[in-house]
Amino acid sequence: MGEILTNAPAEPAGAVTYATADGLLGSVWLLVAIPLVSAAILLLLGRRADRWGHWLGVAAIGASFVLGLASFFQLRGLENKSVELSLWDFIAVGGLRVDFGLLFDPLSAVFVLLITGVGFLIHLYAVEYMAHDAGRRRFFGYFNLFVAAMLLLVLGNNYVMLYVGWEGVGLASYLLISFWYERPSAATAGKKAFLMNRVGDAGLAIAIFIMFATLGTTQYDEVFSGVGALAGGTVLVLGLLLLLGATGKSGQFPLQAWLPDAMEGPTPVSALIHAATMVTAGVYLIARSNPIFSANTTLQLVVVSVGALTLLIGCIIGAAKDDIKRVLAWSTVSQIGYMFLGVGLGGGAYALAIVHLLAHGFFKANMFLGAGSVMHGMKDQVDIRRFGGLSKHMKITWITFMMGWLAIIGMFPFSGYFSKEPIIAAAFAREDWTAWLFGGAALLGAGLTAFYMTRLFVLTFHGPARWTEDIDHPHESPKLMTIPLILLAIGSVGAGFLLSTSVPDWLTATAGLGGEHGEHESVLPHALITTLSLLVTVLGAGLAWFLFRNGTATAPQPAGVVVTAARRNLYTDAFNEAVFEKPGIFLTRALVYLDNRGIDGLVNGLAAGVGGGSGRLRRLQTGFVRSYATSILTGALLVVAAFLAVQAGWLA
Amino acid sequence: MSNFPFLSVLTVAPLVGALVVALLPRRRPELAKQVAFVWSLLVLVLSVLMWITFKVGGDRFQFRESYPWIPNWGVHFTFAADGIALVMLMLIAVLVPLVILASWHDAESSKRSVPIYFALLLVLECTMIGVFAAADVFLFYVFFEVMLVPMYFLIGSYGGHQRQYAAVKFFLYSLVGGLFMLAAVIGLWVVGGKTFDWQALSQVDISTGTERWLFLGFFVAFAIKAPFFPFHTWLPDAGGAAPAGAAALLVGVLDKVGTFGILRYCLPLFPDAAKWFAPWALALALIGIIYAALLAVGQNDLKRLVSYTSIAHFGFIGVGIFAFTTQAGTGAVLYMVNHGLATGLLFLVVGMLIARRGSALISDFGGAGKLVPVLAGVLFFAGLASLALPGTAPFISEFLVLIGAFTVNKPVAVIATLGIILAAAYVLWMVQRTTQGTLNPALTEVDGMRRDLNLREKVVVAPLIALIVLLGFYPKPVTDVINPAVQATMDDIGRTDPAPSVGTVQEASK
Repeated sequence: MGEILTNAPAEPAGAVTYATADGLLGSVWLLVAIPLVSAAILLLLGRRADRWGHWLGVAAIGASFVLGLASFFQLRGLENKSVELSLWDFIAVGGLRVDFGLLFDPLSAVFVLLITGVGFLIHLYAVEYMAHDAGRRRFFGYFNLFVAAMLLLVLGNNYVMLYVGWEGVGLASYLLISFWYERPSAATAGKKAFLMNRVGDAGLAIAIFIMFATLGTTQYDEVFSGVGALAGGTVLVLGLLLLLGATGKSGQFPLQAWLPDAMEGPTPVSALIHAATMVTAGVYLIARSNPIFSANTTLQLVVVSVGALTLLIGCIIGAAKDDIKRVLAWSTVSQIGYMFLGVGLGGGAYALAIVHLLAHGFFKANMFLGAGSVMHGMKDQVDIRRFGGLSKHMKITWITFMMGWLAIIGMFPFSGYFSKEPIIAAAFAREDWTAWLFGGAALLGAGLTAFYMTRLFVLTFHGPARWTEDIDHPHESPKLMTIPLILLAIGSVGAGFLLSTSVPDWLTATAGLGGEHGEHESVLPHALITTLSLLVTVLGAGLAWFLFRNGTATAPQPAGVVVTAARRNLYTDAFNEAVFEKPGIFLTRALVYLDNRGIDGLVNGLAAGVGGGSGRLRRLQTGFVRSYATSILTGALLVVAAFLAVQAGWLA
Repeated sequence: MSNFPFLSVLTVAPLVGALVVALLPRRRPELAKQVAFVWSLLVLVLSVLMWITFKVGGDRFQFRESYPWIPNWGVHFTFAADGIALVMLMLIAVLVPLVILASWHDAESSKRSVPIYFALLLVLECTMIGVFAAADVFLFYVFFEVMLVPMYFLIGSYGGHQRQYAAVKFFLYSLVGGLFMLAAVIGLWVVGGKTFDWQALSQVDISTGTERWLFLGFFVAFAIKAPFFPFHTWLPDAGGAAPAGAAALLVGVLDKVGTFGILRYCLPLFPDAAKWFAPWALALALIGIIYAALLAVGQNDLKRLVSYTSIAHFGFIGVGIFAFTTQAGTGAVLYMVNHGLATGLLFLVVGMLIARRGSALISDFGGAGKLVPVLAGVLFFAGLASLALPGTAPFISEFLVLIGAFTVNKPVAVIATLGIILAAAYVLWMVQRTTQGTLNPALTEVDGMRRDLNLREKVVVAPLIALIVLLGFYPKPVTDVINPAVQATMDDIGRTDPAPSVGTVQEASK
């Protein structure tokens, strides 16, 4: 390999090195293994595990959380806060060497704590929520499988490991969306999620191929150290493909359509997978790949644009929906848009995006579980036009949901204020006119978020009751459900401040995520941005409160062009159907016809031709020895001629 | 132990077993099944011993044996195995006992003799082992053709709907391909100095024009066998009509003779022609990946659907072979093994489903997961392996093929990658239409659909699932065996892997 290396550029700046994991950190593999083994037990034992299976599931995540916490503290004491653990050679063929290895560093550590911590609370909640479902054990099996795959995703030390986890969470997501598989809508939603994700996955796969073709490796440290030597165009293509993968997993434009349909799954699934953790994997991917994204400004501009566009799409559609879970789903799309905006801005904003991601994990999980609690008390009703006045009947759900609501709209001093406002400020700190564009979009988004989330909150908990006839007395959920709610609500209040003061410093030890706070002057003073964002929040929330304080009509109302479009997801589903689905089905049918009639027709036609020809040839069987002798002679001559031809090289 | 004539014994043993089983009285079907099963297990044990004896990193060809057969023509019974042949032999040895176990009741529904069915399976095993173990071109040709006979009877006598049509079509199609090969074999004998020995022939220099003709003769036969687009239309018919066990062997092993033949004969014997034809072969492979996947989406017959997915998978193998890099080549061979496991499992599970329902039509199912949850779960797992989900063995091979192809031919690799989206489409849609959604009321009236997997069926699927998962996380034992053989093949055609376009500094330290 010596010749190659002489042509290689000089050692790029900022080479990345990882230390070897030992001591307690040598057992980080258990983080993945515990939930995986638990999932295997739950799924393989079958009905035998029905009685205690859910507790095994909860215990597995609890154990992972404790181990994650211990590892986190261990990591804090280390000099080099990035430790690697190589388990075995995953793929070793020719020049390709993929390590089955883990990387525990500040970035993966915060994800581990989020996944196992919030995951534990949601598991606990699900014990009660799924208590009356015959498939509870299967549910916990899939749930543990998800946690294992998600931990693998954030703990892998190379892109192939990330890809394994990436598709693993896709599988778990599919299984859980179509958990109630006997419902056609659930089965279809699961399939849609998997397929749209696979489009993104194909992009991610090709990105990995590019890394190997250009750098000869897929290990994080080697890729990041070598990225400086890549041509600008290569970095751009590489980054765009990674972004395609990220948009698929995170429900960002143009691959956002699957996420709202994913609400067909049980509510704890929506909370854990489609709000708090899995859908933020795209943000993780970009933050992890920050040396690639920071190396190309065009690439960063694309990421910022995707983020800004998606956050507005999410707000607009979210404001027009009446299904409590779908509103929350679109708000997730929108909030992840903020995170994409953050990671796209680069520099210090990477850390801001991660802070928002963690804070969002708390308050969104809180609200989804709250929505589940409401549905639990309202006979699985999801239409917010059919709620109202629930604050009197479900006090804990009401209060905890309120914390989540105040957090997401970014009201001071709740968590979202500390995590979202800095991203808005960072957007205003771009160096050219795009500061106004993206800063404005982020600010507009804040106002819209306040509007539709307030609409959701008021219509659900306040105003007159608009319940269906079969409900006479909605009840508060049992303790096993309300305790996780309370804990998450505390997180929704306090997490933002705590995270925003600690996480950016903590993350500086992850390659590329720290140090570079060389931001441009903001086009607006910071104090003004803060004031403005609080102002639009109050305006949006106040308007919604004013409009919906007395409830709303329980039947669909005629609406103008904008609202109709928003109700139909801005026609994105219609677009997909018209451009991909319908032509795809037509193409498939046409090909089936072609294969049967065309290609196979040719084969059978040939056979029929031979058959007919043989019929005629049969007449040559005259029974006269002399004519046979002639044929034999002719044949022999032909064979001899063929041999001579070959030997004389006539065919050459 | 390394002097033990593994390959000839492995070839002959199933044939002896077949004779024993065939001579058992027709009234004792249970005995015939048991003997056949135990016999195939003995073959498996012997194969495992051979695997252990094989020296990784030793000679390219090991276990070489040679006995004169037709001295005048220089024909020998020559057997030898490289890493590629070894893994295929192992695959056969693993699959046959499972297929026998899975086919336990398959022959009972036909009016034909039950012992003969199992004897035919053992004859098939003999010919399959022979074709992979042969190191004499003529011997290879003989096995290549004789292999058709047991399969013809398995399909034609014990198959389902349209079995006669499918069997004749399979036989004739393969025979026509075989004739092309026969012409090329004779031509090779003439230009190669009147020998059929592979190792002697691989040293022969052939003029460009002759080399291309001879390449084509072999390639057409292998492209039909594999099958590659547009020679594929026999496979859905044969796969659809064959009993599930035979179908599993048909696509799991028999068709691999095509891709194996390309690797063993087309590339090393005609290296320049192989490079000259490579763009065409890649084009056929790519068309196969996309075209067959789209057709699979549109099928309403489970076995035909699985057959079409296999054609798409053979496209991936073709891409891997004709990309000419170590990763792609190793990926292609590993793909042959993994596809045998995954599609073998899929065919067997589909067979269990069809046997219960009495129909292979997807539209006759719907919501079956409610009735047979374990069977539905295994079907789903086999589907995941088929769409090459990470964590299952086929992921490794597909990844190797694509990443290897990408280093030398980006457009081909990118188009092939689109195939992974279509794979998700055909698998998930099939799963949805059979096991998910509202329960088809007609299903509840079928007795079979009330029985989930029994112990025998669990024993059939469990080893395959275990192997698929194990090789999905730790493929090294297999890739280490394949790799040197592929490397040698790359040397034969004179290609080396391209260096990374930008070498990293870290590589120097490793």
